[in-house]
Amino acid sequence: MDYTASLYATGAEIGLSIAGLILLLVSAWTGTRYARLVTILAAAALFGAMIFSGHLMAESTAELTGDAFGGLFRADAFAGFAKILIYAATIACLVVTPKFFDARRQYRSEYPVLMLFGAVGMGMMVSAVDLLTLYIGLELSSLASYVLASFARDDMRSSEAGLKYFILGALASGILLYGMSLVYGFAGSTNYLAIRIAFADGFGTGAMFGVVFVLAGLAFKVSAVPFHMWTPDVYEGAPTPVTAFFASAPKVAAVVVLARMALDPFAGQIASWQQIVIFAALASIVVGALGAIGQNSLKRVLAYSSINNVGFILIGLAAASAAGASAMLVYLAIYVPMTIGSFAALLMLRDEDGNALETFDDIAGLVTRRPAIAWSLLLLMFSLAGIPPLFGFWGKFVVFQAAVEADMIALAAIGIAASVIGAFYYLKFVKVMFFDDRTERGIATSPAGHWAVLILAAVIVSPLGYLLTQPLGAWADRAATSLFIPV
Amino acid sequence: MIQTLAFYLFAVLVTASATMVILSRNPVHSVLWLILSFFNAAGLMVLVGAEFIALLLVIVYVGAVAVLFLFVVMMLDIDFSELRAGFMKNFPIGVAIAVVLLTELVLGIGAYRAGALQLGAPTGDAVPIPGRGNIDSLGAVLYTDYLFLFEAAGIILLVAMVGAIVLTHREQKATRGHQNIGKQVRRNPDEATVMKQPEVGAGVEL
Repeated sequence: MDYTASLYATGAEIGLSIAGLILLLVSAWTGTRYARLVTILAAAALFGAMIFSGHLMAESTAELTGDAFGGLFRADAFAGFAKILIYAATIACLVVTPKFFDARRQYRSEYPVLMLFGAVGMGMMVSAVDLLTLYIGLELSSLASYVLASFARDDMRSSEAGLKYFILGALASGILLYGMSLVYGFAGSTNYLAIRIAFADGFGTGAMFGVVFVLAGLAFKVSAVPFHMWTPDVYEGAPTPVTAFFASAPKVAAVVVLARMALDPFAGQIASWQQIVIFAALASIVVGALGAIGQNSLKRVLAYSSINNVGFILIGLAAASAAGASAMLVYLAIYVPMTIGSFAALLMLRDEDGNALETFDDIAGLVTRRPAIAWSLLLLMFSLAGIPPLFGFWGKFVVFQAAVEADMIALAAIGIAASVIGAFYYLKFVKVMFFDDRTERGIATSPAGHWAVLILAAVIVSPLGYLLTQPLGAWADRAATSLFIPV
Repeated sequence: MIQTLAFYLFAVLVTASATMVILSRNPVHSVLWLILSFFNAAGLMVLVGAEFIALLLVIVYVGAVAVLFLFVVMMLDIDFSELRAGFMKNFPIGVAIAVVLLTELVLGIGAYRAGALQLGAPTGDAVPIPGRGNIDSLGAVLYTDYLFLFEAAGIILLVAMVGAIVLTHREQKATRGHQNIGKQVRRNPDEATVMKQPEVGAGVEL
């Protein structure tokens, strides 16, 4: 085994781990005094890791796949694309966090350290080409997430969200691990390539059980229906910056892991898992669209919106083609700024006492009070609904195009029909903000970091985002083709 | 000969101490019996040549898990007689679950023996090295092929530790029971006492 090449391929993870360890020491010695500095350094480390992943992605070719540690880890273009998204989302969440906790005097320098270790875990997940690497990466990122969910420990709802996330997450990990042990038992190896070769002539009954359990465990992590029940509760209870993180980076990681799992070790038996993915996709779209209708809490609505979006992403996976995988990545790249922008806007909506405005009643007539936030939210909501001049439309378009190309016209048609139902509550945001009578609660001024994230997200989803379609499509295609290597 | 003797010694002690775990009335005694049974199970593992598992049993189960049990049993005020009260009521359910598990075991092993299950063939990356013990062989795999995952598992433990501290540690500022003598001495009668002239029948508001 060539250690130099292995260390080079895992450079982003190793660099982030070292940064995390050093910052942990800093925070242990200085307490909360330098929490802001630790946050900035953590964001810088993530930025470095992002550049390095981009570099690895640019130089990876079909021959040079960046396999490391004897086939445990692969730094290919697919993983590189996902890592850039994950690190960027984590940076954005770090930028909006300190001000939120400062108001309650709860910010501690362990927060960015946990985010860093979570990012290491997610990087390992998306690069995993062995069940063991996948599981360890998943646990590392989940464990950090459980702590982050209950970080506002004096808040009942935050503690409840953390506990709920922990118990259900542990259950999902157990299901996943059980599936993995079955797959290992029937394939004789934990390596993706070896599993693919072992299953080349079909799954036996036992192996099929393993595959279903693995897919169910991963569906839990991406919060696809029917394993979505935890999402609204956890998203509502967790502190808003943490919710923004949950809805972006870990979701990207889990979706990418699911795609690699379906299209690498199980690629020989597409017909066996395709119907599971199609069901999960359609059910997520419908439940995500219908579930949000009766909600009054904005965070719950956004939670259902994320379930709904996962459904569209899974349509790309159900196509089981390079075009589908590429469409999925494009959708993810558009979904991340949309969702982080929406949560950044929610973070900015707080009254002068620092209480969050979290319901539809609170944002009535927002356009007369804070026009900039209202107009940004309008762009984000129209984009989430997939209304044409905005960038969100492009994501849905490429996904449906991939589905139609793969002869799944019925799937695409049902998806489009359900996205119209989903548009209801995105439009409700706009209706309440622009046409309802204003409430008398004042809104505090927002810190510059929040404005920066919100405006950046709004610019990306605005029609200006279409300037990105060329490079984004090229990179996603490159990433998707690296996934489809012949045995 | 000595192996057979040792086997029966360990086996009898394992079953006897395991029975005592259930039967003893004092939970602390139960945990102590559990430790004895772990030790004897470790002896059995040595006899079959799995010295790594034997060491795991002693170090992890006795050293960590059983001691943790002891802590829990001693520190939490659990009324064990109350827990035991529902025993007869839940007994049928317990038996039913045991029967289900037993049937599953029999069916699973039966299917495997009959050749209905086609297990995968091991790839052979991790065959034991001849002439070395299994601790040696495991270490050779763990610190070379799986070095990356081994280190990552270390970070998982670190995150768990940091998380536990973050969620429970509080700055010790206003704990009760700290006497501030300077503050006590600085008190003067004006702020320490109040004059009240209560009306008859109306209480005193303090």
